Amino acid sequence: MKTAGLIIVILAGAILLYATQDFPPWGAPDSPASTHVSPRYLQKSMEETAVPNVVTSVLADYRGFDTMFETSVIFCAGIGCFALLRIFRKKPEDRYYRHIATEITLHIKGGRIPEKSSEFERIDALWTPYDLIIKTVCRILVPFIQLFALYVIAHGHHSPGGGFQGGVILGASMILIAISYNMRTAIARISEKTDNLLMATGVFIYAGIGTLCLILGANFLDYSGLSTILFSGPIMARSHGIFGVEIGVGITVMAVMISIYNNLASEGKQDEGL
Amino acid sequence: MIWQLDLAILTLVIVTAIAAISVKDLLGCAILFGAYSFLMCLLWAIMAAVDVAFTEASVGAGVSTVFFVAAVFRTTRRTRD
Amino acid sequence: MSDLIPIIVAKYNYWLYIVLMMIGLYAMIAKNNLIKKLVGMNIFQTSIILFYVSMGCKRGGAGIPIIQHGPDAGHHVIDLANYVNPLPHVLMLTAIVVSVSTFGVAVALAIRIYQRYKTLEEDEILARLRSK
Repeated sequence: MKTAGLIIVILAGAILLYATQDFPPWGAPDSPASTHVSPRYLQKSMEETAVPNVVTSVLADYRGFDTMFETSVIFCAGIGCFALLRIFRKKPEDRYYRHIATEITLHIKGGRIPEKSSEFERIDALWTPYDLIIKTVCRILVPFIQLFALYVIAHGHHSPGGGFQGGVILGASMILIAISYNMRTAIARISEKTDNLLMATGVFIYAGIGTLCLILGANFLDYSGLSTILFSGPIMARSHGIFGVEIGVGITVMAVMISIYNNLASEGKQDEGL
Repeated sequence: MIWQLDLAILTLVIVTAIAAISVKDLLGCAILFGAYSFLMCLLWAIMAAVDVAFTEASVGAGVSTVFFVAAVFRTTRRTRD
Repeated sequence: MSDLIPIIVAKYNYWLYIVLMMIGLYAMIAKNNLIKKLVGMNIFQTSIILFYVSMGCKRGGAGIPIIQHGPDAGHHVIDLANYVNPLPHVLMLTAIVVSVSTFGVAVALAIRIYQRYKTLEEDEILARLRSK
């Protein structure tokens, strides 16, 4: 298997290396890729959409369909992970409780679950004491990470960033809570139901903005049709439409990242994680 | 772009890729893969693709490594090759 | 010999991307562990993304594709040589985010396989399937 694989790989590599002699030189300004469509995007983006970051305007406006279905693919991946791993266990499990003052651990075998008390906290089977430094640093850091993520989404018109990056950073902040405390703390912040609803909400916002343009008499995802309800010119309406779409993308990406992490790290039980 | 920097980082990327597929421990593989993603992010910043570099820094080096470590935690570190 | 150097300078990037692609393809074919195969798949993916992004870059002082504008955001004459090609960036940006979600699904499948067969090695899984 190893030698056969090596022969295949070397053959494929040799063919591709032979093909490189037809390529334009690396970084040539007059290569075919740079002379066809992209000059129009570069020259007209500022004029037509008032968005200086050309990547954002092409992503959400000129090629909005593409991005809409990419968002759907991410949504489907989240649903796929959920369907593969999630287990809904009906029978009660063993639980572990820890008395906070005396640090005595109770092991309660299935069935009766004691009432919620502030003197006890529920812990994992593989519980280790929390590290005070990590816990405190993460607790202080998480709001700033989330603020930065919102900035990245909102300022994507003028600087690198946008819905995808901001959504991933928002998701990473919740994953940081799940790692530094435990998964139950993170699920208490964003429950599984909310998370799954948010996944669908993002795609719905994106498609909804497109349909709203359709209702107002423009083409699907042609944001200049929104100018009648946004009380602005068609150019600024396109800029605002891009912003709305980025919010939808950000919500979906955040929810999918949290959902995939929760399902992976707990093997679908969603109680104790990494 | 500076081609000397580009060549140096590309060489490092290839070294990390070979190390990531030949190391005998999956947790080490996860960390090497994170390093690979971060070097890739530098490469894109050199090519002036700032949005792609930002995405790779948050996705490849951040969330992807977390998924990888979660998978290793739930399966096994052992690997024969 | 002296006419070889311009060719090398013009093409060495493409050659190194192909080497990276060969590493990924080799890991996908020859490695026995399922997670190692996934790493190979990701290396393959990033090499193709690198190739696309390198198509868009321009030598000689081209900057990031964010247009410089005055406070009035009015009309500007844009010199194309000052900005790299943004189109490959757009296509590859979404590809990266999709690749991490598909990586999540693939890892979920690997976890399910481990739960049933208690191993991630391909030959051990095949031996167990045959023995049943």
